[in-house]
Amino acid sequence: MSQTTTGITTLTGTACPLDQANVDTDQIIPKQFLTSVSRAGFGKHLFHDWRYLDLEEKEPNPEFVLNKPEHQGAAILLARENFGCGSSREHAPWALTDFGFKAVIATSFADIFYGNCMNNQLLPIALSSSEMDVLFAAVAKDASAVISIDLPAQTVSVGDTSMSFEIAEHHKNNLVKGLDAIGQTLELTDDIESFEAKQPAWL
Amino acid sequence: MAKTLYDKVWQAHIISQLGDDSLIYIDRHLIHEVTSPQAFAGLNEKGRKVRRPDRTFATMDHSISTRSLALDACGPQNKLQLQTLAENCEEHGVKLFPVGHQKQGIVHVMGPELGLILPGMTVVCGDSHTATHGAFGALAFGIGTSQVEHVLATQTLKQSRGKTMQIKVNGKLAVGITAKDIILAIIGKIGHAGATAHVIEYCGEAIEALSMEERMTICNMSIEAGAKAGMIAPDQTTFDYLKGREFAPQGADWDAAVEYWQTLYSDDDAGFDTVVELEAKDITPQVTWGTNPGQVIGVNDPVPGPDDFTDSVEQESARKALQYMGLKAGEKLGDVPVSHVFIGSCTNSRIEDLRAAAHIAKQGKVAANVTAMVVPGSAAVKRQAEEEKLDVIFKDAGFEWRLPGCSMCLGMNDDLLTAGDRCASTSNRNFEGRQGRGARTHLVSPAMAAAAALRGKFADVRDFQE
Repeated sequence: MSQTTTGITTLTGTACPLDQANVDTDQIIPKQFLTSVSRAGFGKHLFHDWRYLDLEEKEPNPEFVLNKPEHQGAAILLARENFGCGSSREHAPWALTDFGFKAVIATSFADIFYGNCMNNQLLPIALSSSEMDVLFAAVAKDASAVISIDLPAQTVSVGDTSMSFEIAEHHKNNLVKGLDAIGQTLELTDDIESFEAKQPAWL
Repeated sequence: MAKTLYDKVWQAHIISQLGDDSLIYIDRHLIHEVTSPQAFAGLNEKGRKVRRPDRTFATMDHSISTRSLALDACGPQNKLQLQTLAENCEEHGVKLFPVGHQKQGIVHVMGPELGLILPGMTVVCGDSHTATHGAFGALAFGIGTSQVEHVLATQTLKQSRGKTMQIKVNGKLAVGITAKDIILAIIGKIGHAGATAHVIEYCGEAIEALSMEERMTICNMSIEAGAKAGMIAPDQTTFDYLKGREFAPQGADWDAAVEYWQTLYSDDDAGFDTVVELEAKDITPQVTWGTNPGQVIGVNDPVPGPDDFTDSVEQESARKALQYMGLKAGEKLGDVPVSHVFIGSCTNSRIEDLRAAAHIAKQGKVAANVTAMVVPGSAAVKRQAEEEKLDVIFKDAGFEWRLPGCSMCLGMNDDLLTAGDRCASTSNRNFEGRQGRGARTHLVSPAMAAAAALRGKFADVRDFQE
């Protein structure tokens, strides 16, 4: 099997607390930045409307959590339910990873965004609302609080608290091993060909 | 064992089972300029080919001007993206309907009108509104660009089976109520994330009575309830719509296809993970008041406030939404002036939508405080509308009549609002900034949008019925 990226096993870092539900992909990366034909360079536009007071991105909004000095360099983004809802744009995980996030921990995720994360080595972790409260409280108390994620063990820890999370086995494998999904499927070309041979002619 | 419609289509496409995941075959792949360039670049880097160019169709819709057919009308970056699509399609042998082509249109309008979408198919596109095609009893869903690349290279996707949700709309709709009102009422009831991880099947008397275009409006917004996909069982309405369309089967193939399509329904005793029921007679003209499509009310209802919600997250969302939308709890939308009206998008830009809007438009003139535009969903819709002189009705009433494209639904071209603008829009998302930074979007049906244009405020379309 071909391996194109480095896999994720453990992640340790500080977190940026975006205490909001229904953060949609239009907010994560607005449409005016979708005209690019490459995957790179979206990080500087991440959360553009909330992050900047002007269209030219020269005036950072000091009130927005991503701009707070104490959250610079955070590797983990915290949010509430239905994170990544709306458009299927993969530019959203591209912007988050380009900015430097390695994981998003939220109460729940929209389906397409969740799948897109898996294809970009961005780890989406869903925890219960009360578990999210624990993480938000820890970061509110101390912005330098370190959160540790152990993907093989499926745990998130902060201080003395350890919480477990669910992830499908195939998603975990792909993230841990950093496998090339297309390369894997191309190994099944014989199966694909026999499936096609059985399809009706009018399709 | 009894099966749902979704189970039948899903199981018919499993190539192999890979642990808790299935490798499923994709029958139809639609592509456009925004979410495909990085996928083709990925293929080219690895020296991979498009496995089935014959099952892949492309159009230009998101980044194009609705004022000019020139590719550079919206600047060099948009032009580069459009040219990149043209080059990729040329290199990989994919059929493209570019700007100016008689078959060009919004991808979810163009596909069905050409007969590219058939019952029982699996259909994907790098666009969340791919759910539209479930109206034909296809399993259709939006995918990210890495998955676009995966489908281009292999004509397959790895997917987990979704949960099932049945949404039954009983009885008959009241006069003046449209498919858009049904789907907004559904999202209002189950919430913006109410169908996450589910594939919805819409059924019941009110759904069965809908035309294909109305069914597309319903399925289109499945994603706005968080669903993976939305489906409606094919019936005679479906077959009548498809017969004779360019890419639909013909002759003996047609008969064989219909025979198969008639097996695509949920068995009587099939179980669903979740069941939701609505009474059609209770549905009134819907208008969103907030910043997600679940924040919706009847046009005559008061705008809710945080105290109307019990959940603390919803309370906070309502507080934030009211602030962004410049509305107060208790306010009536009938008192709220609009500055813009947009009739278009993959939700509501088909010929029946334009007829419904024109029926209202001919009853007056666009109010002095309103800028109103109509953007047909495809070149074919535009031709048909002009043949019926709907363009004349719109222009006489003071609406702008534009070229087909996604336009102000997301404003990737120059059809953009500015901060503080308030728009009655027939599109699908009222997110903050969706139609322009600081702009306020209210989702409505085409008739309601036209009524708002004439009145200059939100209006009850039932007051316009002749």
